[in-house]
Amino acid sequence: MTATTIYPDDKGQFGIYGGRYVPETLMQAILQLEAEYKKALADPAFQTELNTLLTDYVGRETPLYFAENLTNYAGGAKIYLKREDLNHTGAHKINNSLGQALLTKRMGKKKVVAETGAGQHGVATATACALLNLDCIIFMGEEDIKRQQLNVFRMEMLGAKVVGVNSGSSTLKDAVNEALRYWVTNVEDTHYILGSAMGPHPFPMMVRDFQSVIGKETKEQFQHKEGKLPDAVVACIGGGSNSIGMFYPFINDESVRLYGVEAAGLGLDTDKHAASLTKGTPGVLHGALMYLLQDEHGQIQEAHSISAGLDYPGIGPEHCYLKEIGRVNYDSITDDEALSALQLLCKTEGIIPALESAHAIAYALKLAPTMNKQESMVICLSGRGDKDVDAVRARLGGAN
Amino acid sequence: MNRIEKVFQNLQKNNQKAFVPYIMAGDGGIDSLKEKITFLEKAGATAIEIGIPFSDPVADGPVIQQAGIRALKEGTTLKDVVAAVAEIRPIVHIPLLFMTYTNPMMAYGFEQFIKDIEASGIDGLIVPDMPIEQEELIVPYLEEAHIELIRLVTLQSPLSRIEEIAKRGKGFVYAVTVNGITGARSSFKEELGAHLKKVKELSPIPVLAGFGISFPDQVEEMITYCDGVIVGSKMIELFDKGDLQSIVDLIDASKIRASQL
Repeated sequence: MTATTIYPDDKGQFGIYGGRYVPETLMQAILQLEAEYKKALADPAFQTELNTLLTDYVGRETPLYFAENLTNYAGGAKIYLKREDLNHTGAHKINNSLGQALLTKRMGKKKVVAETGAGQHGVATATACALLNLDCIIFMGEEDIKRQQLNVFRMEMLGAKVVGVNSGSSTLKDAVNEALRYWVTNVEDTHYILGSAMGPHPFPMMVRDFQSVIGKETKEQFQHKEGKLPDAVVACIGGGSNSIGMFYPFINDESVRLYGVEAAGLGLDTDKHAASLTKGTPGVLHGALMYLLQDEHGQIQEAHSISAGLDYPGIGPEHCYLKEIGRVNYDSITDDEALSALQLLCKTEGIIPALESAHAIAYALKLAPTMNKQESMVICLSGRGDKDVDAVRARLGGAN
Repeated sequence: MNRIEKVFQNLQKNNQKAFVPYIMAGDGGIDSLKEKITFLEKAGATAIEIGIPFSDPVADGPVIQQAGIRALKEGTTLKDVVAAVAEIRPIVHIPLLFMTYTNPMMAYGFEQFIKDIEASGIDGLIVPDMPIEQEELIVPYLEEAHIELIRLVTLQSPLSRIEEIAKRGKGFVYAVTVNGITGARSSFKEELGAHLKKVKELSPIPVLAGFGISFPDQVEEMITYCDGVIVGSKMIELFDKGDLQSIVDLIDASKIRASQL
């Protein structure tokens, strides 16, 4: 069965996944957001403003880099890296934050709330808000604040207020809960810039669209370099925004094999992982029906990953649908494998990837040798690893 | 006729107002649920809203969040709560409602869940994260079971939407009094009174105000605009403190004032 690009349907569902499972207080806001987003899509002035910012401010297009050393190391398919790490603020997150911040202005709202896990989305949103003169409040789990001190300071330097969350597991899931509660309370003058392709409709669609610039550029750049489509595309998945942005323009190109890589943490046979699609079951959290890590009674379980950005017990609804129809292959990579891949990319290519992106690298290293040398793959290098240096150093015991 | 409809017909006939307390199932152990229900019925509650603990209650403030965490730590499951209700139902005469987020129901299985709560004697269901756009997942089963879905309207809902929501139900409309989550408020927006009156005008069924109502004078004020109140976080706090007299005072506030209206 082939996916079509007509999803989501008018209920905001991808098959049974997605939808709008939110408190009634938010319904008007998300219906207004959907209407405003549709108008913005059809408004050339909006598109021009966004594209100009993406070019002149973010630094797009990002390079598609042939990683020759990594290719030689893996021994198989040619490996290209889509360098989202070279965006302003160091990750793909800015593509979405800027788009939504512009929408916030269109809606006449002056304030923004956002959640952040690794801090990348928080930094990107704080940046967009500084640029566009919007007040910004970021909710971040206390556990993540500990892991990502540097990003907390960056957000504060950019003028955002960072609020620690110590409910639940004190990570991304709980930051989303608090951001939603804040939004319910301040909905009249505040927009919620959700950072991943999840949450109630229209967020999964909108975030996908803003991130699709990744896949669109990749397709053109690859065509230019190799004169064809890539054979495989690999991206990591937490909530799923860099991956859906990368995959979406390739969905109807059936020859392109798509691989989504979840975080297997300490291993899928333990209860310390974040592999919602591989090990989870469908349920409703944060406004959408999606695969969730949950117990038999429907209580959400804590996710674990060495990477704060993948540490989420759910996954965007479009990914759930793409899994169901078999268009994307979903697999997982452990903490240790990601850590090795991070070190390998540093040494072979002189690129320090984010721990999130290192999951995609690790998977590609397994995949490449199974492919022949005439084949090519693209890895979405979703972010740079500067933010992870402390965490990696702690993990490696100061050695290396 | 559903027990909820009957109770409200009687209230209206006698020109009385409703008081619906919310308690968290399993907070203080599952046995305390039965004690609280009998106490509240005796104290004059119109109906009781029984909260099902959930790990991620986005519509709830700190008091109900903490109560849910305590209940989950006690090992409370939805099955336990259904069983406890079935046990106590024969000696309780007022309507009993469940308030649950979508996910615990979905994990149980929507159809099975509704069959089981019908058998246990539940009269109504409130699902704070299921707007009318998603309710067809449960409405067919609820209709078959003659269980009322209690829908919420808010300060953000446009009038046309309030009208649409109100006409779907037969029990009562839950009018949320604040932009926000559950939990005590010292004051409400000035326009709340006008909003509640508007909801009353648009709704063919009774309208109950809830969220943040914590003190007898607030109860007295709210019932001048609508048909009754729902009190949650304050109820949990008072039970937690063992301050049963204040619970009685809150319930009495709805009676005293109503007789003077």
